[in-house]
Amino acid sequence: MIDNTMNPFLIFISACLINNILLIKFLGLCSFFGLSSSIKNSVGMSLAVIFVTIMATVVSWIIFHLVLVPLNLVFLRTATFILTIATLVQIEEMFIKKYLPPLYKAMGIYLPLITTNCAILAVAFLNIDYNLNLLNSIAHGFGVGVGYTLAIILFAGLRERLMTAPIPKALQGYPVAFFLASLMSLAFLGFKGLFGL
Amino acid sequence: MSKSNKPGISAPGTAAFLYGVLKGNPVLVLMIGLCPVLAVSTSIFNAVGMSIAVAFVLIGSNVIISLVRKRTPGEIRIPVFIIIISTFVTIVDYVIRAYSPELYRQLGVFIPLIVVNCIVIGRGEAFAYKNTVKLSFLDGIGTSIGFFIVLFVIGLLRQLFGKGELLGKVIFSKPALIMILPPGGFITIGVLMGILTYYNLKKSKV
Repeated sequence: MIDNTMNPFLIFISACLINNILLIKFLGLCSFFGLSSSIKNSVGMSLAVIFVTIMATVVSWIIFHLVLVPLNLVFLRTATFILTIATLVQIEEMFIKKYLPPLYKAMGIYLPLITTNCAILAVAFLNIDYNLNLLNSIAHGFGVGVGYTLAIILFAGLRERLMTAPIPKALQGYPVAFFLASLMSLAFLGFKGLFGL
Repeated sequence: MSKSNKPGISAPGTAAFLYGVLKGNPVLVLMIGLCPVLAVSTSIFNAVGMSIAVAFVLIGSNVIISLVRKRTPGEIRIPVFIIIISTFVTIVDYVIRAYSPELYRQLGVFIPLIVVNCIVIGRGEAFAYKNTVKLSFLDGIGTSIGFFIVLFVIGLLRQLFGKGELLGKVIFSKPALIMILPPGGFITIGVLMGILTYYNLKKSKV
């Protein structure tokens, strides 16, 4: 479990490897299976996820601790977070399109998909459940983003290899992808205990 | 289905109800809403709790979206859906926290995350925004049942093989722990999908 007594580096490692958002926590799976058919797609999506997770972490932390808690409106957190993240993604999309065209080319079409990626919203909720301070929240968000990248790119590489493998007809496509995910998840379970986490 | 025999619910009602259960099964056919299915299906208790929570949000938001559909301009419909859905999610969140702290602890962050569950917003956009309140209500029930069946079967299999007990009775004295760990979730749903594809292939050949 992640908490405030750990230093930011340990939180990063824990979020990235030991509690990998895709393979151990089962969050953001729609994009994991939907966008992992080629490495190129998964790289674009990963960039977008890292970028938005960090921004969403900062903004949701500020809104929760400086607006919702003082005003005693904690029950509005679900609605507030999802609307904030949706707005944030829109603003980011416009900003990147105008000022960073190469980056927009790499991750542009994936940005709108991020709004409904549960990994992002989950980070915002988990930061509050774990009661993390701002610095630790950012470390947590960054770790989740990097963990997402690691898992989806490895998975896409393996799936590209599977294209040419002789697989029984009934298992082609998604069923075999699930078996693959299961084996990767097993491998990530092996990180448990690293640095005593 | 007994629903179709009631007066006032005609063929489109039955079709709306059955679509979500079979042909448009949200999990096995459309591949959406996977996260909660894999994450909370470690026992039957969790599976039933999650299904009820999703059913409440789905049916409620379908009905309200359908009620306001004529007053909602197309450009802002998604934010409107999100507000409606998150209202229902907040209700569910607080009700579970008050009445079943054990379930709340088990489901954790997956309760507020119903708000980004593709099934709920998907049915709102694809069905409730275009259809009457009655049909949307039936569609909500049908989709919820489809979701429940898949979640229940996976929960049953994982509890049976992972914990080795069913309804308090010990069935396997040495259960395969891996089934309640994350890899077991992926394997179970992969096997179920494989079986489903196998039968579909066989049926299309005959």
